[in-house]
Formats: sequence, C-alpha cells, structure tokens
Amino acid sequence: MSRGRFKTGTFKVGTFETAGFELRYRRRRLARGRATLVWGAVLLSALAVSAWMSDVSPAALLAGLPRAGQYFAKLVPNLQWRHLVDGPQTEGSFAYWFYRIDVWLRLLLQTSQMAALATLLGAALALPLCFPASANLAPNYATYFVFRRLLELFRSVPDLVYALILVWAFGVGPLAGILAIMLHTVGALGKLFAEVVENADMRPWDGVCATGGTWAQAVRYAILPQVAPNFLSYVLLRFEINVRGATVIGFVGAGGIGQELYAVISFNYYQEISAIVVLIILTVSLIDLLSERLRSRAMGEAAP
Amino acid sequence: MKLVAQVTAADIAAAKAAVPAAFGAPLRRRLQRLVLAGLVLVWFVVLLRWFDITPARLSHGISGVWVILRLMVPPSPGAQWQDILQGLGESVAMAFLGTFVAAVLAVPLGLLGARNIVANLMAHLSLRRFYDGLRGMDQLIWALAFVRAVGLGPLAGVLAIAAAEIAVLAKLFAEAIENADPRQPESVLAAGGTKLLAIRFGLLPQVLPVMLAQVLYAFESNTRSAAVLGIVGAGGIGLQIAERIKVRYWNEVAFIILLILVTVGVIDFLSSRIRHRLIA
Repeated sequence: MSRGRFKTGTFKVGTFETAGFELRYRRRRLARGRATLVWGAVLLSALAVSAWMSDVSPAALLAGLPRAGQYFAKLVPNLQWRHLVDGPQTEGSFAYWFYRIDVWLRLLLQTSQMAALATLLGAALALPLCFPASANLAPNYATYFVFRRLLELFRSVPDLVYALILVWAFGVGPLAGILAIMLHTVGALGKLFAEVVENADMRPWDGVCATGGTWAQAVRYAILPQVAPNFLSYVLLRFEINVRGATVIGFVGAGGIGQELYAVISFNYYQEISAIVVLIILTVSLIDLLSERLRSRAMGEAAP
Repeated sequence: MKLVAQVTAADIAAAKAAVPAAFGAPLRRRLQRLVLAGLVLVWFVVLLRWFDITPARLSHGISGVWVILRLMVPPSPGAQWQDILQGLGESVAMAFLGTFVAAVLAVPLGLLGARNIVANLMAHLSLRRFYDGLRGMDQLIWALAFVRAVGLGPLAGVLAIAAAEIAVLAKLFAEAIENADPRQPESVLAAGGTKLLAIRFGLLPQVLPVMLAQVLYAFESNTRSAAVLGIVGAGGIGLQIAERIKVRYWNEVAFIILLILVTVGVIDFLSSRIRHRLIA
C-alpha cells in the first residue's frame, strides 16, 4: 500500500518539476557549450600565434622527433650480458661504461658541496632579511615594502643568469656558481621565511615586548624558536632544488659536473653522456631521499 | 603604593634552582651544539680551501661586479631592440607550446600512474619511481641534448620543455586522480557504463579543473626557465642575453633582465587569476 502511494506521489511531483528542470538543464548546457567554444578558440589561436612566433609547426615537430629518437638511441649504453661484470678494458661491461667514475664521483661531490654551501650562505643572508619583510614584525609599511621588493629582485633573476655575469667577475670555477645559486636562494628563501614568520603566534612577542625587550630580542626569543623547524624544512627543500641547479650551472663555466657534461655532449661522446646522466639522476634521488627523511624529522620535532 | 615587589638576587637564584631549563639548555645539550658548530666550521674551511675561495679573489670579484653594476645603469634597449622583442616572444611561445605538448602527453601517463586506475602495485610503484627519476634531470640537460639532436633554435627548446615537464605533470595528475572521489565513477559502472565511460563521466569532471590549474602553474614556471634555455642555444631571449654578455653590453643586459622580470610578472598575474577561478 505504502509502496503504491510512494510511487504515484513521486511521479506526480516528478512530471510537475521536470519541465522546469529540463529548461534549466538545456540553458545550462547551452551556456557551457558556448564557454567551451570560446575558450577552445582562445586556446587554438594562442597555439597558432605561438607556433608562428617560435617557428615550430606541427610538421617541424614531427620531423624533429625521429632525429631526436636517433640521437637518444645512440645514448643507450653498449652493454653485453657476457661481459657485464668484467674489467674496464672489456667493451660491454659496466666498468667500461663508467670508466671515468672516479673523476665523475669527485665532480658530483663538488656539485653537491657547491649546492650545500650556496644554500647555507643563502639561508644565512635570508635570515636577517626575512623579519623586516614580514607584515607583522616590520616597524612600518615602508620597511616591509622595501624588503619585500628587495627579496623579489633577488628571486626573479634565474641563477644561470647570475652565473653568466659572475663568471665574468670571479673567473671560471665553482666560486661563481656558488655565489650565483646563493643570490637566487636569498630571494627564494627570504620570501618563504617571511611567510612562516607572518603565521607565527604573536603572544610570545607581546610578552617579550611587555617586559621591555628590544625588537632584536623579541625576534630572537619570541619568534625564532617557533619558526626554526619550518625554516630548517624550507632550507632542506631549497637544498634539493639547488643540487639540481648545480648540476647544470657548469654549462656556463661555473663549476661542478655540468662542465664535464657540457664537454661530452659537445663532443658527442654518447656513452659518457648516458653514464653521467645516470649518475646525476642517482645522486639527485639519493639526496632527495635523505633530505626528505631529515625534513620529516625536523617537522616531527615541531609537532608535539 | 608599590604593586609589584622588587625581584632580588635571591629570588632569581631560587627560580634557577626550581626550573633550570627556563634559564638555558643543560650542559650536555650545549656541548652537543658546540661540537656540531665545530664540525660545520671544519667543513666550511675545507670547502673554502677546495674551491680556492680566498679574500683576495672575493674582493677582486666584488670590485668586478661593482664595475658591471655601474655599467648597467642606465639600462638601454640598444640598437637591436627588435631582436630582443622577438626573443622574448619566442621564449613565451616555447613555454606555451612545450607545456601544451607535455600536458597532452601527461594525461594518459597520469592515468597509468594512478593507483585507482591501474591497481597493480608493482606497476604503480615502478612507474612513479620512473617519473621521479626523470625529474632529477634538469631541463637544461634536455635542452643541450635536443640542441645536438635537432639543431639550434626554438624547436629544441620546445622539445626540452615538453620532455622535462611530462614527468612532473604525470606525477601531479596521478596524485590528483588518486585524490578524486571514487563514488562517482562507481555509479557510472553500476549504471552499466564501461570503464572508459566511468573515467570520462565519473572521474574527468572532478579532476579536470585541478589538472588545468597545474598546467597553468607549469606554464608560469616554464616561462621563467624558457628565458635561460637560449643560453645553450635552444632559442628565446636567453641567446640575446648570452650574446650581449659576451660583448659586454651591460646596459643592454640589464634592460633584457628587467624586460624578463616584467613579462614573467604579467604572465604570473594573469595565470594566477585564471587558476583561482578554476579552483573556486
């Protein structure tokens, strides 16, 4: 009985409401279709303009792909199952493929240490800059504005452009690369630091100020203990990014494995290219893994 | 009338005895910190020696930078300002095309890497590791390789941006797909739809806005990196910078850097507005 009533009721209400629903639905679909058409046209024209600007047509793209395929096919190492673990004199062994591994490992160590030093120096410079660049600590708006723009300026120039200029001033070698990465890091970390500080609890700050502490003392004893774990986590994250950056900064002569990689790519030493790239990927993955562990530990200590 | 009693030295001593931790770290902790600081110092000195960083070199370099900075003022577009504008347009176009190609190719790869689409754990883990590994290779390495493979010019840049971005987007897409609500594709399956239909009508409407926002974000970051790809010959404004640094036209270098900053700022602004509309 109740089933019957339920059924008829639903149908009545259903037929009554369907007309309005259908109308709204059709209108909505029409509007959606129009929006899709407009945005599709925008996308297509942007693609057309880009293709014209960069002189890259779909035909050129398709013609380039097989050549790229041939090139990358040559990079595949010539490994033979029989000789896989033989000495460096036998073609087809791992040792033959990585015959310069001692030099490369040394260069990779240099690269990672360049990144570490640049990250440390960048963080040390970003630390004093981030407090006046935080809206809640800056003594007035002008200070906040000036320091924010300063950090932006450091951040917006890519480290490779810094490297190009610094190689002129400091000469070829790791020093130019370290300073280049450092300059970019100051801007990037300074902004992230300032955002952490802006989210800090201000009650300790009020406490230190109320007991007559100076601005510097309040920063040191009220803000720094709160934000230190977050800062450390960002520094480690930046270190990971900087290791990637340091692998290529040698392309412009600023030290690290990039200089060697640039040379072997220019001379078409195919086997060496793939060997170095494999080593770079392994190193970067390893450093990411270690840094991720450290980061979760730093944040874990902050939680309780 | 005095409201607060004067704190005497005896009071401080008593407080120190009651809660020593409030007055400073314990001795063991301090020693640990000292040893750590010492190790960092040793590491620092070793690196300075290894990289041959001396005060003389630093001061010499800084005076060189000072000369360059003075020559950069005032920035000037120079005689070949048309080349600069064309390079800038080329860079933005390379970033757009590269991101577009990467986004199109990353959709199927992202689906393959998502746990709720391809349930096989081994396939899932190995694919995701593969994407992570590819990300370890910097865009500039791709650029240099593509310059050798297809020649100098923007084509190498587009291919490099696409190759480097595919892995990043595939990973982000896979994560977005894994975070989608499973009930909607399930209902399509329950209504008799095929798996493909479930993806199209149950999954895609949920994840498409997120994916589009990620693509836009990738476009922003690629306009930044497209500006330097030209340094290794892969087209765009980077070539103009590198050439002017070679001949030491520092005021034109400064002009190009400022131009890049403005362009990147404008693109960031536009793109972040579209992104916020997509997500909201």
